[in-house]
Amino acid sequence: MPRRLGAPVNGCSPLRDRILAPALIGLVALGAWEGLVRWQNIPPYILPGPILIARTVVTDWGTLFPSLLVTLAITGAAFLVSAVLGLILAVLFTQSAWIERAFFPYAVILQVTPLVAIAPLIILWVKWIPLALLICAWLVAFFPVLSNTVLGLTSTDRNLVDLFRLYGATRWQALRYLRLPAALPYFLGGLRISGGLALIGAVVAEFVAGTGGAQSGLAFRILEAGYQLQIPRMFAAVFMISAAGVLIFALLTGLSRLALHRWHESELDTEG
Amino acid sequence: MTPGPAVVSVRDVSKTYSNGTLALDRLSLDVESRELVSLLGPSGCGKSTLLRLIAGLAEPSGGRIDWSDPAAPRRLGFVFQEPTLMPWARVEDNVRLPLMLAGTSRSESAERVGEAIAHVGLEGFERAYPRELSGGMRMRVSIARALVTQPSVLLMDEPFAALDEITRFRLETDLAELHQRRGLTVVFVTHSVFESVYLGTRVVVLAPRPGRVVASRRIEGPTPRVEAFRTSAAYLDACRDVSALLSTGAPR
Repeated sequence: MPRRLGAPVNGCSPLRDRILAPALIGLVALGAWEGLVRWQNIPPYILPGPILIARTVVTDWGTLFPSLLVTLAITGAAFLVSAVLGLILAVLFTQSAWIERAFFPYAVILQVTPLVAIAPLIILWVKWIPLALLICAWLVAFFPVLSNTVLGLTSTDRNLVDLFRLYGATRWQALRYLRLPAALPYFLGGLRISGGLALIGAVVAEFVAGTGGAQSGLAFRILEAGYQLQIPRMFAAVFMISAAGVLIFALLTGLSRLALHRWHESELDTEG
Repeated sequence: MTPGPAVVSVRDVSKTYSNGTLALDRLSLDVESRELVSLLGPSGCGKSTLLRLIAGLAEPSGGRIDWSDPAAPRRLGFVFQEPTLMPWARVEDNVRLPLMLAGTSRSESAERVGEAIAHVGLEGFERAYPRELSGGMRMRVSIARALVTQPSVLLMDEPFAALDEITRFRLETDLAELHQRRGLTVVFVTHSVFESVYLGTRVVVLAPRPGRVVASRRIEGPTPRVEAFRTSAAYLDACRDVSALLSTGAPR
């Protein structure tokens, strides 16, 4: 007897364990860190304890948070451009073998060239810094979307392709109703990787650019704090970047779950 | 039920794969109107290839395939070995697919979709996703999708091979009933002697490497088929005959 339609699949998900176990490990590690700093009397300019870092996040919020927003704006823009361009290019690649053969090597070259090596050039060429940063972040973020989506678009069930042919589907219908839905899990998987990479790309580019002023991102705050030996602030900034990265990942995971939970294996809750 | 004139005639059809393998060698076959012809043969005899050629999914390397009604090739149903459903679409949307691709609006197709779902006994499951269904039910959805265009010809490629025996028996009986009630012409590919005899009004035995017709035998039995036929003397005789035909074709 199949389940009632529309009934949620999950029985009792071990949510408690999923949150409790890592939280416990985290607390133990933070406690050990704080204990070590206090017991060994490590000065804060060598290694600040977690309590001091937390306090710095609060006291320096006025400086750090606007910088975080600047970094996140670059990240978000680079991510969106990656998602849209990655999808469009992937569709183009799968529509014409010629386009794929002609362009794919260059996509790979862009991907394997280390960003730190080309970021100075991009920043040199593109005068408007936010745009330069965006290009850098896009360079690292877009490839996973492209390659994953190409994989998804080309791994459609052969029989379904035949079925569409049998019923006289146009190229557009086959794309719209078969290839794109079949590629959706792959595309979303690409987005999940790409979100984190966009943040890393933005931060690396900011490091290379090293711009000051009101429009500086968190990476500049880290550099600045380093020069001024404000090590707790440096840690606070690093913490905020990591937290933003985790948040991005969680959001994209949620999006993927929302889109796929009705039908795709990867998002099915385990029964029993 | 008396079989009518040939709906489709396969004339001296050969098929060579791109790797040089000769899959079918000058095979000829007439499929008569309203018959259920079982194509029986071991794996590698090209029976699936033949079905794909009839469906127009592949081109023969030689010979020709003629339809008595030129519009028929555009109005046939195909059922694959796997249910071949779109996992992201609900049962009703999977069944609606052929109509949607033909540009029929949702409201216009609603009645026919409902009718096709009812034909395979899946009322109440219209809103289900394929993964929520058992293997047998998925195959029913696949059959409903093939029926929704109201085709006169149904091509089936070992549709029940992956199902457990109890489910298979039920689906076979239901298919026989559907064949009778809708006046369908069915070409049913199988590698099971028992299935070919139970379902077929005629069994065509194929031999492998290269694929060719060894024999054709009419099966006398109740129409539509009932479960009791499986244990009747006529059924067992036919099975013995067909098995013998199969083994004469096997070694070369």
